Amino acid sequence: MFKALADPTRRHLLDRLFERDGRTLTELESELEMTRFGVMKHLRVLESAGLVVTRRAGREKLHYLNPVPIRLIHDRWIAKYAEHHVAALADLKHELEETA
Amino acid sequence: MSTMTTNQATQVYSIFIKATPEQVWDAITKPEFTERYFYGARIELRGGRRYSSMGGLDWDEEVLETDPPRRLVHRWVSAWDPEMASEEPSRVTWEIEPQEGGTTKLTVVHDELEAAPKTAAGVAGGWSYVLSGLKTLLETGTPLEG
Repeated sequence: MFKALADPTRRHLLDRLFERDGRTLTELESELEMTRFGVMKHLRVLESAGLVVTRRAGREKLHYLNPVPIRLIHDRWIAKYAEHHVAALADLKHELEETA
Repeated sequence: MSTMTTNQATQVYSIFIKATPEQVWDAITKPEFTERYFYGARIELRGGRRYSSMGGLDWDEEVLETDPPRRLVHRWVSAWDPEMASEEPSRVTWEIEPQEGGTTKLTVVHDELEAAPKTAAGVAGGWSYVLSGLKTLLETGTPLEG
């Protein structure tokens, strides 16, 4: 999973799916300057890491962001008592970066 | 993450669990299991309905399809929140698929959320928490918390 996340194109694909889930390859490809084959390859890496799940809808294959593996990492290393500190720091970062 | 929201009419969650399909089925349909990972809710199937009991609140939803230990489809109402509860019922599909090597793939599809935007936003983080807790319970015998 960390290898899957260690690539900017793959993180970008996850960001697109976070904004709106259930996209086709064609939709995802249209926002990237990359060949269809290249995008497919990245999606396959994300799928085998469990970060993307695909479902068939008629003739189309739709891609969904699966946040569960990220949650498992969270549950493993962020102890329950520390969660609100982590959330506060994350909020602070978002706020500072938005106003910057 | 906490400053972002997600609002999707179809949400898909998937997890691999080192357990048999039968164990996964029991864990999602029997109250003695669900209360240990599903926000304390006691959930059971009875007479074509899915009954939930949580924090002194009781409600039930229609079961649309049941094929143990492979598939369960039911209506979803977020009864614990008045605003979410007043929205149209959505639909939850549990798909349980055995994999090679003694693991089981569990996929939860929460859809028909078009007329339930508050529910869609409300459950978005919850499913990851629930499935993570379910995996921990089945693999270790103890819940994530407590």
